[in-house]
Amino acid sequence: MTVQEVGTPRKRSEDARLITGRTRWTDNMTPAGTLHVAFLRSPFAHARITGVATAPAKERPGVVAVFSGQDFAAEQGSLPCAWVVTEDMKHPAHPPMAVDEVRYVGEPVACVVARDKAAAIDALEEIDVDYEPLSAVVDMEAAIADGADLVHEDLGTNKSYTWVFENGDLDAAMRDAPVVLERRFVQQRLIPTAMEPRSVLCVPEGDEFTLYSATQIPHILRLMLATVTEIPEHRIRVVAPDVGGGFGSKLQVYGEEVLALLLARRLGRPVKWTETRSEGNMTVHHGRDQIQRLTLAAERDGRIRGLKVELLADMGAYLMLVTPGIPLLGAFMFNGIYKMDALSFTCTGVFTTKTPTDAYRGAGRPEATFAIERMMDELAHELGIDPIEVRRRNWIAHEEFPYETIAGLTYDTGNYEAATDKALELFEYDKLRAEQADRRERRDPVQLGIGVSTFTEMCGLAPSRVLGSLSYGAGGWEHASVRVLPSGKVEVVTGSSPHGQGHATAWAQITADRLGVPFEDVKVLHGDTAISPKGMDTYGSRSLTVGGVALFSACEKVVDKARKVAAHLLEASEQDLEFSGGRFSVRGVQEEGKTIQEVALAAFAAHDLPDGIEPSLDSDATFDPENFSFPHGTHLCAAEVDTETGMVKLRKYVAVDDVGKVVNPLIVEGQVHGGLAQGIAQALYEEAVYDADGNLTTTTMADYLVPSAADLPTFTTDRTETPATSNPMGVKGVGEAGTIASTPAVVNAIVDALRPYGVHDVRMPCTPERVWRAMRAEEKPAAAEPGAGGGLGSAGGDQ
Amino acid sequence: MPRIRVEVDGATYEDDVEPRLLLVQYLRERLGKVGTPVGCDTSNCGACTVLMDGMSVKSCSVLAVQADGHDVTTVEGLGVDGGTHPMQRAFHEEHALQCGYCTPGMIMASLDLLRDNPDPSEDEVREGLEGNLCRCTGYQNIVKAVRRAASDMREPGRQEVTP
Ligand code: FES
Ligand code: FES
Repeated sequence: MTVQEVGTPRKRSEDARLITGRTRWTDNMTPAGTLHVAFLRSPFAHARITGVATAPAKERPGVVAVFSGQDFAAEQGSLPCAWVVTEDMKHPAHPPMAVDEVRYVGEPVACVVARDKAAAIDALEEIDVDYEPLSAVVDMEAAIADGADLVHEDLGTNKSYTWVFENGDLDAAMRDAPVVLERRFVQQRLIPTAMEPRSVLCVPEGDEFTLYSATQIPHILRLMLATVTEIPEHRIRVVAPDVGGGFGSKLQVYGEEVLALLLARRLGRPVKWTETRSEGNMTVHHGRDQIQRLTLAAERDGRIRGLKVELLADMGAYLMLVTPGIPLLGAFMFNGIYKMDALSFTCTGVFTTKTPTDAYRGAGRPEATFAIERMMDELAHELGIDPIEVRRRNWIAHEEFPYETIAGLTYDTGNYEAATDKALELFEYDKLRAEQADRRERRDPVQLGIGVSTFTEMCGLAPSRVLGSLSYGAGGWEHASVRVLPSGKVEVVTGSSPHGQGHATAWAQITADRLGVPFEDVKVLHGDTAISPKGMDTYGSRSLTVGGVALFSACEKVVDKARKVAAHLLEASEQDLEFSGGRFSVRGVQEEGKTIQEVALAAFAAHDLPDGIEPSLDSDATFDPENFSFPHGTHLCAAEVDTETGMVKLRKYVAVDDVGKVVNPLIVEGQVHGGLAQGIAQALYEEAVYDADGNLTTTTMADYLVPSAADLPTFTTDRTETPATSNPMGVKGVGEAGTIASTPAVVNAIVDALRPYGVHDVRMPCTPERVWRAMRAEEKPAAAEPGAGGGLGSAGGDQ
Repeated sequence: MPRIRVEVDGATYEDDVEPRLLLVQYLRERLGKVGTPVGCDTSNCGACTVLMDGMSVKSCSVLAVQADGHDVTTVEGLGVDGGTHPMQRAFHEEHALQCGYCTPGMIMASLDLLRDNPDPSEDEVREGLEGNLCRCTGYQNIVKAVRRAASDMREPGRQEVTP
């Protein structure tokens, strides 16, 4: 009898090579004859290029070729943007190497190809570029003011688009509302910082190319490379070997990938480029970066009437693969888990002379969740109601599902009560509140704050028709195939492309259960367009909810086919067959049977198959979800804030998540931990900082503070399980939940600790200095920023 | 070019190296020991951590010439007879890795940590690994793994703190 795999905390099969260093990172591969590429990058945020002299660099030892953007102008195309969110969206050309103008620090201007990396880097110094500096455009609000300097002169504006969504009568909701709160929040710019730097290796073979890249999206990348370069799609093979994390940053078509392909074509030799961390910080797409203005109208009992959201979203200098769509993913989540009569959402995409932004873990949803969860706390404070109670009065009750939200989504299931009750118990909420009161009473210099975040998010990107309605360029289905080999072992191919999520284990668990074969007999293949022919890749917690379900369906098809063969072999009717533990038997006659392995061998030999059945036991399936899935949960954070130093210490963190059915609890827990670390990092540590001239001042890991083990607490995690109804497995997705939920929980805790000091907000990241300044600024009245309704976001002029 | 003689994972190598060549480049590019990855260029991430004479060093902050006459152990040299080291096993058992990019460095740094302190508390592990960044795990399971390995390695007959 086989054990039930799904639901079992099985240790990962991918670990064996990762713990022994037998890995296939792209940078580990160096075929004979490989040439190394180094890029010369713009030191200016904005400048006209009037000349590039490459001749002296070509003379350097070991240098094979030197090219400027001009040299590739005719063939490098423009990097793609697959999400044209409005018909009149401004969408400037984006050459992989700048030709006549640079628009952010780090933009590639020229490249050297040399025998080794050191020679390539040395030769960069010999390239002479004439720049005519232009004005940097750094601040989003200034960028859209009249008379602002333009990032793209020819567009005549720094606004890329304005996208509007309205539902319900907001004016009516706001009119005579007893409580109206207006707040301004800043979502700082973040650098995703996957531990593996980007790396690309392109190996030419005649007019065919194999491109290895540390990418999340081999399939999309291949199509886009073909489109951009006009090299036919079937002559490009893209392989994502081991990939060391992505968090959205490798969901991209980068200029370096296009150029590696073009260089390999021109030079006829393998070419490789691996970024240094410093150039990566400047050129990997950044995340978040929004200014949010919210107006919330409510009754005195706390019930919300309506919400108005006005966003400015920094696109950076260019629109990359899904840049303009990221804030829109948040549009549907600003209402959170709450009921309201009206919602209005407006987002303006703004060009600045900074690194482009795009997807970063959660993509749009963390920004939205932060805003609504901060607003709920503001409302609770305004009304003198407990923040949990305010949420209870507004959230969708368990019996109300499925529920159509004001943002137009249908939440299929949820049980906010159960998750919240569990979290409160684990957290010992009442006890901590009592301690908080005591510390307030005693005027303890270390104050305690309690932050809550009751959140949902939308996973399983995405129903293709929904993407179509949002003008995204492709569908959101996923593909899988299953082949039972003649020996009875099983190969599974998935179109999703992991970079640390543990697909090889989870997919094998699903397959083992569906086919009734041992876990060890299943091999999962992925990340190579020559092996995995169709796919939409991995991002947005879609792998399991879409790709895993595709695999589930492919397994079902295999079993259906096997049943036909087994029935034939057993001379029984299909209806009389039972399939259990990997064996077909005739109902009531247990000893008569065929294992799926026996059936596979018979289907391979094909000596005696039923009419119309093709040899071999395999199948493939695609799954296009009907709806998103909606993981939810309640996170509680207790923070100790030292009012003398501004230091914040997380004392306790409880996360109760509902991610529906769980395939591997170990993997789920790991994903939650990692997600929490990233969300907490946004609250406390990380920010990409530009100076007034548009120079990134956080180019290294010494300046950009990724938290270490010593910076984070031990988390208490638990789950409730409300299966999704939008897919046959009941799964919802887990990759982003921790990140989405934790940022507001932490900031709410900090603000809660400082309420007695008149503090109503601290801008992220809540560094000791910012916390300290917020307290001092608030001690004096009228420090509030104009229009911010309570001194939000920029206490003490802290920008 | 200076000539160096180093022992790496049990084999002896003699090579002429450029004075500016970093140990991590020497390991990766000259010896093909690609199990040690590079994550930064500022000695902040710890991905490249190896043991030099049993002590952990960030191999991106050591010149190859400085390794002359020393004994270097990388993650590829751990474990004996094709088996794995208790630290490697603990990382697997506790699900202390996701993408695995930080893992070789974490494992090597943890071995050094246990050399000084065979029974570290949770806080001591957290502080001891401050120089090694992981972006995937949130560290919780790494801390668990190191403490598990510590306990496994304290058992009699399993004193292999360094391989
Ligand atoms: S690569 Fe050596 S510390 Fe980052
Ligand atoms: S496991 Fe990915 S960086 Fe640590």
